[in-house]
Amino acid sequence: MTGKTALLFGAVACLYLGTGFLQSWGLALTILNSALLVTIAALGVNIQWGYAGLFSVGTMGFTALGGLAVVLISARPNTENWQAGGLGIFLALVLGALAAIAALFAWRLMSKGLARTAVVAGLLVGGFFLFRAVFDPNVMAVEAVNPQNAGNVGGLGLPSLIAWPVGGLLAAAVAWAIGKTALGLRSDYLAIATLGIAEIIVAVIKNEDWLARGVKNITELPRPWPVPYEVDLQADPGFVETATRWGMDPRTASITLVDLLYLLLFGTVLLIVIWASERALHSPWGRMMRAIRDNEVSAAAMGKDVTGRHLQVFILGSAVIGFAGAMLTSMDGQLTPGTYNPLAFTFLVWVMVIVGGSGNNLGTVLGGLLIGWLWLVVENVGPNIMQVLTAPMPDGWLRDHLLGSAQHMRLLTMGVILLLVLRFSPRGLIPEK
Amino acid sequence: MDILNALVAFLNFMFIPAVSYGAQLALGALGVTLIYSILRFSNFAHGDTMAFGTMVTILLTWWLQAQGIGFGPLPTALLALPVGIAATAALVLVTDRTVYRFYRRQKASPTIVVIVSLGVMFVMNGIVRFIIGVDNQTFTDGARFVIEPRSFMEATGLSEPLALRTTVVVTVVTAVIAMGALFWFLQKTRTGKSMRAYSDNEDLALLSGINPDRVVAITWIIAAALATTAGVLYGLDKSFMPFTYFQLLLPIFAAAIVGGLGSPIGAIAGGFIIAFSEVLVTNAWKKIVTYLVPESMAPEGLLQLLSTEYKFAVSFTILIIVLLFRPTGVFKGKSL
Repeated sequence: MTGKTALLFGAVACLYLGTGFLQSWGLALTILNSALLVTIAALGVNIQWGYAGLFSVGTMGFTALGGLAVVLISARPNTENWQAGGLGIFLALVLGALAAIAALFAWRLMSKGLARTAVVAGLLVGGFFLFRAVFDPNVMAVEAVNPQNAGNVGGLGLPSLIAWPVGGLLAAAVAWAIGKTALGLRSDYLAIATLGIAEIIVAVIKNEDWLARGVKNITELPRPWPVPYEVDLQADPGFVETATRWGMDPRTASITLVDLLYLLLFGTVLLIVIWASERALHSPWGRMMRAIRDNEVSAAAMGKDVTGRHLQVFILGSAVIGFAGAMLTSMDGQLTPGTYNPLAFTFLVWVMVIVGGSGNNLGTVLGGLLIGWLWLVVENVGPNIMQVLTAPMPDGWLRDHLLGSAQHMRLLTMGVILLLVLRFSPRGLIPEK
Repeated sequence: MDILNALVAFLNFMFIPAVSYGAQLALGALGVTLIYSILRFSNFAHGDTMAFGTMVTILLTWWLQAQGIGFGPLPTALLALPVGIAATAALVLVTDRTVYRFYRRQKASPTIVVIVSLGVMFVMNGIVRFIIGVDNQTFTDGARFVIEPRSFMEATGLSEPLALRTTVVVTVVTAVIAMGALFWFLQKTRTGKSMRAYSDNEDLALLSGINPDRVVAITWIIAAALATTAGVLYGLDKSFMPFTYFQLLLPIFAAAIVGGLGSPIGAIAGGFIIAFSEVLVTNAWKKIVTYLVPESMAPEGLLQLLSTEYKFAVSFTILIIVLLFRPTGVFKGKSL
């Protein structure tokens, strides 16, 4: 770590410490935890963009898939709902997949011509209607059971820690399908395809009530091991005694302990991801990836399978993002599809990677912590600044309007930061070596 | 069996909405495709450029309405549109001067410029939200209908109403005028020809004395005009909300790619392909089918292939199909 890197990390640490001293330590910890989570997603983007030069803007979708995995794996089971039609829905999905696979095989095996087009189209259209015929009644049945509190197929009731890798796998599977179609074409196509799939994933989670209750939200998702609940801690005489001995109010102490445990957990995952990607980056595989990124034509001439490697790295990066998304949902304890918004979940992550230094994991971490802090603090501080700025103005609609719109300033701030970094320091704060 | 009523229901619920939506998408996709062919990058800020132009137009429309100035049966926004276009053109020209020109001179890779356009998108999005807020705004005025449903039913004696809203007619007429003017400009004028030359082969165009800065500036102005017009028409027809305009990016890109990035005709065709597929797939067919089949066979369900929330899935699926089978688009664009 060079002096400049240490200095930059020190400066970011000061930001968090400053928040702790000036505002509250609870806030500083909360911001740090959220920033760590987004940083892990940013590492995923860095794998795609920094290592391989792939421009994917589907981060929001993969994050949401991770969240969905938490619901499916660790939400409490809704046995009655599942019995009402869970198997039927599963069967419908299998039928739909089989139709798609059959169409794919027909396309591969038959020779080109009208017959092939007819068979493939027939399989797809027939498969769709068959799917709907099995799917619709079962969905109605599942959603009819206990709609106030459940109405969805429920989860498996397994620990959150199992849900996280599943979130990664789910994201990887979708990434495979997208990458298979959009990679190997113009670079913008991947961007547009991922932009689309992200919107669709969020639309599915919002609208398929049988899956995760849609916008009615799933709450009470279990906390990951070893994080306890604050109420349990406060009810524990041993904990209350220890807290009082340390001179802390038991309530504050319990909240702080929970935050610290999350910090530990996320920090561990972050370190593992960094370690693994650093190892990968310095392996022959990593060198090959960078060679492909820097000159696709010459890498291809050396016999490297450019599209294949791109697909690989796209899947890996997406899996990391899905993992981070699952952790986010576990921490929130609920899945709220309405909150997934591309500006905060996709483009913010991109700003982190670019500002920090694409291709450099340390840079990405720095960018993540810095931008994460900025994003969350500007939310709180922005209106106050505007209050001061507009203080000399007479009371009136203009002042009210400015005060009301202050929260939108952070989009503007992020955009300006991104443009300035791209222009004057295109390799980021900590450039790749 | 009641073919006439079925036809009217089809026109009313499918055809008319799809035509006006298609015209709006086509105008948007034309802007994207023009920028792509001259400046050689996919402009992610296009949706927010539309939002900005629409916002200026809305603000001016409100002012005009407050002054008691109207446009007869037509929406007042049409009077404000030229100012909206001018403001948007000024904005994109300033953006080009301060942001994009640097990368053009550097011959930066298209992906970098796309990321730069993300930054521009953030800034424009922030400006729009800052000025007008995130809420839904309506600014339609003037006569509501050209064909009123009730009088249509009385005049024809059919049981199915047909509504032709003024905004639909305005959309289609404006779009036709804008497209006609664009094609005339590209085909007949000296500047338009120099733009086509620049798009075909930059080096040869420079060699024959075409001023690249002029070509780029004119491209931005046209793109701004198309974006503002598309945005205002969409807002008149439906309503204005900054986030919706950001989301329009997907169908607009899908339209441009389906038609063939870089091909103006393709952009128009793509806009209508996307709009018609979206409307036909997400609207309920129940009413139309009920008129066509014997009473005993009348459908019970809505006969809706996909719910309206999945309209993006339609543009996306078409996009994927095109990428798989014909990556250059229906009308051969110049990209692959």
